[in-house]
Amino acid sequence: MLIKQLSVFVENQKGKLWEITDILRKGEVDIRALTIADTTDFGILRLIVSDPAKAEYSLKEQGFTVSLTDVIAVQVDDRPGALAAVLDVLNQADISVEYMYAFVSKAEDAACVILRVDDNARALEVLKQNGVRLVSTAY
Amino acid sequence: MIYNREIETMPRKELEALQLARLKKLVRYCYENVKFYHDRFDAEKIDPDKFSVLSDIRYIPPTTKEDLRDHYPFGFFAVPQKDIVRIHASSGTTGKPTVVGYTRDDLNMWSEIVSRFISAAGVTDEDVAQICFGYGLFTGALGLHYGLERIGATIVPSSSGNSEKQIMLMKDFGTTTLIATPTYAMFLGELADELGYKPSDFKLRIGLFGSEGCTDEMRAKIEQRLGLFATDNYGMSELIGPGVSGECEHRCGLHIAEDHFLAEIVDPQTLEPCAEGETGELIVTTLTKQGMPLLRYRTRDLTRINNTPCICGRTTARMDKVKGRSDDMLKLRGVNVFPSQIESVLMLFAPISPHYMLYLRRENYHDSLEVQVELTDGSLLENYQNLQKLTRDIHSKLKTVLGIDAKVALVQPKTIERFTGKAKRVVDLRNQ
Repeated sequence: MLIKQLSVFVENQKGKLWEITDILRKGEVDIRALTIADTTDFGILRLIVSDPAKAEYSLKEQGFTVSLTDVIAVQVDDRPGALAAVLDVLNQADISVEYMYAFVSKAEDAACVILRVDDNARALEVLKQNGVRLVSTAY
Repeated sequence: MIYNREIETMPRKELEALQLARLKKLVRYCYENVKFYHDRFDAEKIDPDKFSVLSDIRYIPPTTKEDLRDHYPFGFFAVPQKDIVRIHASSGTTGKPTVVGYTRDDLNMWSEIVSRFISAAGVTDEDVAQICFGYGLFTGALGLHYGLERIGATIVPSSSGNSEKQIMLMKDFGTTTLIATPTYAMFLGELADELGYKPSDFKLRIGLFGSEGCTDEMRAKIEQRLGLFATDNYGMSELIGPGVSGECEHRCGLHIAEDHFLAEIVDPQTLEPCAEGETGELIVTTLTKQGMPLLRYRTRDLTRINNTPCICGRTTARMDKVKGRSDDMLKLRGVNVFPSQIESVLMLFAPISPHYMLYLRRENYHDSLEVQVELTDGSLLENYQNLQKLTRDIHSKLKTVLGIDAKVALVQPKTIERFTGKAKRVVDLRNQ
C-alpha cells in the first residue's frame, strides 16, 4: 500500500522547474502532487506522478539526479481534527514523520496526504489497525 | 636611497661579466656538491667547465618544484649540515613542505638584498617597521626582519593576527613602515576605519607588500585607507625568500638583485627563451647561494623583464609585477594549492561525479573559492540532511587535507563542461 514518489535535485536557477515539467509534458506524464523545499543553493522537488518509472527514466536521460522512494498516502476527511488523528496514530507508535504534503483527492470530501516516515512497514501496520484509509494509487 | 651603489648602478656589461664569472663557479659547485645535479649533468652529458657565455645556461635542464619535493628534505643541500645555520620551508600543500637551508653567507646575502629593496622603497634607519608576517618557517617575516635590522630601522615584530592589537601598536608606536600581504594591509585599513581611526591618526608612510599579487586598484585603496606609499617586492623561499626583486620609488618594475640571481624568461610550453621584453615564465638561477643553490629554477610565475636603466639610476633589470602562473597553482589567502589536489580530495566522494569547477572570487578584498561538483547519487535526495552532510564533509575534507576554506556547491549532473582538450577547471574572477 505504498506509492512511488519521485525526488529530483534542482539547482536554484531560473528555468529549472520549467525544464523538469517540460520533460514530463513531453513524456505525457501527469503530475498529481508536488512539493519543493529549498536551501539557498539547491532544492529537492518531490512529485507524485501517473507513471513514476517513465518520469524517472526521462528525467535521468536529461541529466537530472532522481530517486524513487516509497511513501505512504492516506485519505483524510475534510474536517477539523482529521489530520491530527492520523498523526496521533503515528505519534503513539513512536514513528516520526520526515516530511509530508497534501493534495486534493478525487473524493470530494477528503484530502490525500503523502507521508514520508522513518519506518514504512510499521507505519502501515498501525495506520491500518487504527482504520486510517490508505490510498494505493494516486490515480 | 641606493643601498649598494656599486652593484645597483654597475654598467650592464660589467654586471653580465660578474654574472658569468659567478655562473661558471656555481655550475662547478653544483656538480661537485649536489648529487642531483651531478647525476643530471652526467646523464645529459653536460661538461660543467664548458660555460663560456651566459646564454649557455640554456643547456642545463630546468629544476622544478617536483625535483625539490622528490629530494625532501635535504637532498638539494650542497654543504654539510653543520654549515647550515637556518632552515625555512614553504607552504607544503601535499603534506611535505619544500625545505631550504641557509649558510651564514646566505643569510648575509639575503639581508643585503632585502636592505636594497627596502631602501629603494624609501625606508631608512629613522623608520619604525611593523612586520605583520607570521614568524616561523615562512621566509617573509625573518627575511624582512634581518634586512630592516641591517639598515637600522626600529623593528616591531608583531607577527600576524590579533588585528586590533596590530592597529593599537601601529598608532602607539608610531609605525611608519608596514610589512604585510596586500590583503592583510587592506584588512587592517578596513578595521582601522571601523574602529574610527583616520589615516592621520597614524604615522604610516611606506608599505612593503609581498608574498601575493596586488592589483593597482587594490593598491590605491590600501594607500588611501592607510595613508602610505605602497611598494611591491618579490621572492620565493626556494630562491631565498623576499628580496629577489623589489620596486623603487618610481614603481616602474621590480629591480632584480642580478648579482645574486640570474633571471631568464622562457616560453612555459617550449622552454625556449622569449624575445627581450616578451612575457613568459621566470626562471632563476641562484648565482651565489651556498646552502641550497638552484640552477634554472622554474618559478612558474609569468612576467617580463626590462633591461633598460631606470630613472632612479639603477641599472639592474626590472621585472613586471607577476601576471599569473604558468601552471594552474592557486594562491588562496597565502595557501598554495593545485587543482589536481582539490581533485584528489573530491575523488574520495562517491556521490559526486569526477567533474568539477573552481571559481575564485574576491569579495571585500578577501579571496574566496567555490568548488562546484555534480551530484549524481539520487539516494541522497531522501532528505536534506544527507545533502548538507555531503557538502559539509567535502568542505571539511578540503580544509583538513589542503587547508583551504571553500564553499561547496552541488550542481546537476552534466552541467559542468566536459573538456576535450586541456581542462580549464579554474575560473579566476579575482581581478575583474
